Amino acid sequence: MADRISDFYTLPLDDWIEVVVKEWLVPNFRPVFRAVQWPIDQVLGGLEEFLLWLPYPVFVVVVPLIAWRVAGGGVALFTLLSLLFIDLLGIWRETMVTLAMILTAVTFCVLVGVPLGILAARSDRFAGLIRPVLDIMQTIPPFVYLVPIVMLFGVGIVPGVIATIIFALPPVIRLTNLGIRQVQAELVEAGLAFGSTRRQLLFEIQIPLALRTIMAGLNQTLMLSLSMVVIAALIGAGGLGLTVFTGLGRLDIGRATLGGIGIVLLAIMLDRITQALGEGRHAQRPGLKESLTRWLKGLVQGSKAYNERR
Amino acid sequence: MADHTATSGTNRKVCVEHLFKVFGADPADTIRRIREGAPKDRIYAETASVAAVADVSFSVAPGEIFVVMGLSGSGKSTLIRCLNRLIEPTEGRILIDGEDIVGLSADALRRLRLNKLSMVFQHFALFPHKSVGENVEYGLKVRGMAARERREKALRALEQVGLAAHADVPPANLSGGMQQRVGLARGLAVDPEIMLMDEPFSALDPLIRRDMQDELLKLQQQLRMTIIFITHDLHEALRLGDRIAIMKDGRFVQLGTPEEIVAHPADDYVAAFTRDVDRSRVFRAQSLCRDAHALSADEDAGVAAERCEALGREALFVVDAERRPLGIVRHRDLERDATATPGDALITDFPSTRGDAELVTLYGACATGLPIALLDDAGRLEGVVEPLEVFHWLGGTGAEGGGAASSGGEGEATPASAAPSETRRRDHG
Repeated sequence: MADRISDFYTLPLDDWIEVVVKEWLVPNFRPVFRAVQWPIDQVLGGLEEFLLWLPYPVFVVVVPLIAWRVAGGGVALFTLLSLLFIDLLGIWRETMVTLAMILTAVTFCVLVGVPLGILAARSDRFAGLIRPVLDIMQTIPPFVYLVPIVMLFGVGIVPGVIATIIFALPPVIRLTNLGIRQVQAELVEAGLAFGSTRRQLLFEIQIPLALRTIMAGLNQTLMLSLSMVVIAALIGAGGLGLTVFTGLGRLDIGRATLGGIGIVLLAIMLDRITQALGEGRHAQRPGLKESLTRWLKGLVQGSKAYNERR
Repeated sequence: MADHTATSGTNRKVCVEHLFKVFGADPADTIRRIREGAPKDRIYAETASVAAVADVSFSVAPGEIFVVMGLSGSGKSTLIRCLNRLIEPTEGRILIDGEDIVGLSADALRRLRLNKLSMVFQHFALFPHKSVGENVEYGLKVRGMAARERREKALRALEQVGLAAHADVPPANLSGGMQQRVGLARGLAVDPEIMLMDEPFSALDPLIRRDMQDELLKLQQQLRMTIIFITHDLHEALRLGDRIAIMKDGRFVQLGTPEEIVAHPADDYVAAFTRDVDRSRVFRAQSLCRDAHALSADEDAGVAAERCEALGREALFVVDAERRPLGIVRHRDLERDATATPGDALITDFPSTRGDAELVTLYGACATGLPIALLDDAGRLEGVVEPLEVFHWLGGTGAEGGGAASSGGEGEATPASAAPSETRRRDHG
């Protein structure tokens, strides 16, 4: 009858965790958690305010133009139509909130992830240390994140973004590490042989050559954060996730689908643009740079000629 | 302790003493085993350690091209990377201008790399994200040179290799040979005192490789850098090297001038390489030089004939007071007409060459059957080369036999080994 250990004894791990978190972690480290929240809150607030302040027509013109510049005509057209459609559905505001959350999360992922990736590329020891952590971060289902986040940071949009950052961070670290390690050994040797400092080596050779891989990591991070931003609605984050979430709660299928459509369109737009950013960077940028310098040169020469004539 | 005279000698640019590089768990133990003379295979079997460089010593004079030749796995690439410490040597000293660089701090090492050393790589190692010009500028940029100044310098370096017009294209747009010219220009742009070249031409087509070798020799004539050149191609080594070290299993099997290595291979390993070498392009006329025992113009025919007989020569040169050859007299012409002066039997259309000429250029002269006059820069007679001896040397058996005989017979017959000779370089250009 009694053939399980749990019939006699269950380990009260849940109680222990609760004690550790409630009695020790929260009271003792409250300032730390506050401090972590502060910059995210600032960036998020600023971005959200900016995106909502930006007049709709400006947005609809500028973003497709960027898409055109970076990714070409097709993506630009798609972006334009998507933006019009999102507004047509009446979910513009929610979309902007979600976009602000994503951009905030990605910004912090890059700020934290790229340096960690560089560190991991430089030191095998650090890479060995960080790898299992990243593995765990990527295998834990996103819902499980939310529990400690709520306990430590409370509910709301900022904890939602924090959960997103943690969830979306691994790819950018991994691919930065990978990208730098993949730079041909002979190129690194060439850099060193000509007397580069480690800093010069990093910025002149390693990062530029790893950029494609880093951008691929950024793209993945972006996609992950997009999916997490929706789930984060569970702990009180707003935006399109909330639309889906409330739609589900009220069995309002139409409303939930609207949120879903908005998320999908946003995802495709961001994916296309960032992918193109990673791939077409080398081909595109000199063109822009050249046209700018040419324009400036023309300006200088023109004014010179004008002055001389006077 | 690295004083300038003790071990390195004052005129040595680079001096390597008992250098070891061991890859493995216990380098000290491996070095001990090597010193005891254990073979590479056994050391690996017993300790899983490999000595890529095992007790290598050599020194390079300023302006010399020192070639290290070895097959893959011989440790030559490790050796050259030890010289600028891209690979940290395990033991030994590397003196550059008398200063031991093995103990240098990171900062001092960086300054050394910035100011004295430069490197050219096997697979070019051009930065694909920078233009050709920016690649060449790189060594100057990390020095902190201003943009305009370094651009000018880079363009000058590109001009030296004939690529100034390509400064603004990405290196991927260039062919392999052109890419390595860029690599060379990048190395030259920093005005290095020492150029390390790691199999720079190995990845190129044979014809382009030859062009690049010529180009390097031409540049070297103007710049007179100290070059340490790695190759797996003995022909390349023979063409470029003032001295050559043959490397095998981390050790130098033989170190010598091209002539020495081809004439006297140290062991079967070296001999296997030198077997199919075109000896007529390695040996030079001066290796076969014999005393001319020239006649002066006023000596009479009898004396001349006697001297021919005494020396066993078919013919002798007649020189003026400045030792400039006037012509040649044949023994049999003198015999036929005993009353004539040497002047009467004089053949003025005699073959001549210079000491640094390759034997391949002497075939036409040999066909006359007359001894070939070796002239110096001022046109004075330095010695003579017997036509038959040329073929003796080319035959290979003559290398030891002929060489030994000539040096035994006449004290002044020196294989051109004395020094990395200035004259040898000249004919390449």
